[in-house]
Amino acid sequence: MLELDGVSAGYGHFTALWDVALRVSAGEAVAVVGPNGAGKTTLLRVISGVIAARAGSLAFEGAALTGRPAHEIVAHGIAHVPEGRRLFPGLTVADNLKMGAFLPSARAHFAESVERVYGLFPVLKERRGQRAGSLSGGEQQMLAIGRALMSRPKLILLDEPSMGLAPVMVLRLFDLIRRVRAEGYTILVVEQNVRQVLKLVDRAYLLEVGRIRMEGRADALSEQDFVRKAYVGL
Amino acid sequence: MSNLLDLLLNNPLLLAEAALNGLLLGGVLALLALGLNLIFGVLDIVWIVYVDLAMLSMYLIYFTVQVYGFPLLLGAVLGIGLGVLLGIAVHLLIITPILNSPPINQLLATGGLLFFIQSLATFLWTTDHRSVRLNLPTIEVAGMFVSFARLIAFGLAVVVMIALYVFLTRTYIGTAIRAVSQDRGAMSLMGANPQRVYVVTSAVGGALAGVAAALLIIQYSVHPYFGAAFGPITFMICVLGGLGNMFGAFVASFIMSEIISIGGVVWSTEMGYVIAFALFIVLMFIRPGGIFAKRQ
Repeated sequence: MLELDGVSAGYGHFTALWDVALRVSAGEAVAVVGPNGAGKTTLLRVISGVIAARAGSLAFEGAALTGRPAHEIVAHGIAHVPEGRRLFPGLTVADNLKMGAFLPSARAHFAESVERVYGLFPVLKERRGQRAGSLSGGEQQMLAIGRALMSRPKLILLDEPSMGLAPVMVLRLFDLIRRVRAEGYTILVVEQNVRQVLKLVDRAYLLEVGRIRMEGRADALSEQDFVRKAYVGL
Repeated sequence: MSNLLDLLLNNPLLLAEAALNGLLLGGVLALLALGLNLIFGVLDIVWIVYVDLAMLSMYLIYFTVQVYGFPLLLGAVLGIGLGVLLGIAVHLLIITPILNSPPINQLLATGGLLFFIQSLATFLWTTDHRSVRLNLPTIEVAGMFVSFARLIAFGLAVVVMIALYVFLTRTYIGTAIRAVSQDRGAMSLMGANPQRVYVVTSAVGGALAGVAAALLIIQYSVHPYFGAAFGPITFMICVLGGLGNMFGAFVASFIMSEIISIGGVVWSTEMGYVIAFALFIVLMFIRPGGIFAKRQ
């Protein structure tokens, strides 16, 4: 479904990603794990078109995405839940969801999509008239995911969904992501909470200083001594 | 102060009339302030040239109505149309190339355009004051005298502001404009082309300048320095209400117009402006983020 080959990217004189190859198949859940500053966020930003790749190619369902701007990539069916959620804090929950359905193709199905999001996250329905900035961290993350679902994507990119959440909320959130997955969405998630995320996904990539160091099935990867010591904390 | 007290005790009706006139002036000032603020909220650039664009629309309405004898309504429609075109042109020709430049360069670029328009207007149309003669009556409301033109201008300004509110809260693109003013980058992740949002914002801002022009030309004469008369007060209102804060700009418009109007009756028009500017400076020391800014 998603194919990256030889992708390099960076900011100014700094190169954050070197020659990255990555595959995500339809229906799969894939994680990219690694330490702070490994280039995980940059990787998602390249896929969603927030920054352009310096080299390499990106393709989604056979269509070349290389060099396309972010607003066109959403139309291909990739929704990006960015680091720090990037909600519109002064807009209501309902208006944030409305903005998620900004694409003409998504607007046509607004009523249906919003019911589905409220079904997944009932708390958002209760709070639909409240400003997004007044929600708790967990609710904000649900809204960020819900807003991404409003564009009717096939692939969802999640950047550090557990960031800034209390441990109890982190567990709940991973359960909710499982439910989103069960609805048939393909997921590519970047996480520092390696232990939890490896329980969620089928496969994972280990990214270190901008390069893919390892890849494999999630269960196999969590058995690796190297990963266990460094990230899982066992 | 003794003047104000005198008037309050001996001629309260005159004071009430000034307050009413202030309210009516505030409606038109609010249109200009909302337009300027809308653009600032989305693009983070203050269009110093904003009221000068309205001035160009005023000239167009003047020539259409007074020189060529077409009806005022047609002049107003043309004036609004010109506002929209000017808004889009300023964005595409001046703002787009410098969108990521330092703020000072952006300010200088729109400032440069202001001097260009002023000079061009002086060159083309001289410094003559030109007005559209309408012969609208002055009407009496409960013993107070109000110009009918001002009343119409206020009523239409309110209608346009309600339309703006509906546009910004009920439509996708209007909501997107508010969203972009809160997070410029995130809206492109929703599938919105940022440049399209900027162009629509600039067009709506230009349309508001055009509407303001139509409402101003029935009350004031136009001249090449019209922007210098109304520009600073418009900018001050935006800063007072908090740059980018639409509700703040709306309220600040009436605060400023009341000070100017009441000050004008109690002392003199010039004194009204002096008080307004002095109060602005003092408020900027007390509340630099505007009257509605949250305390740090």
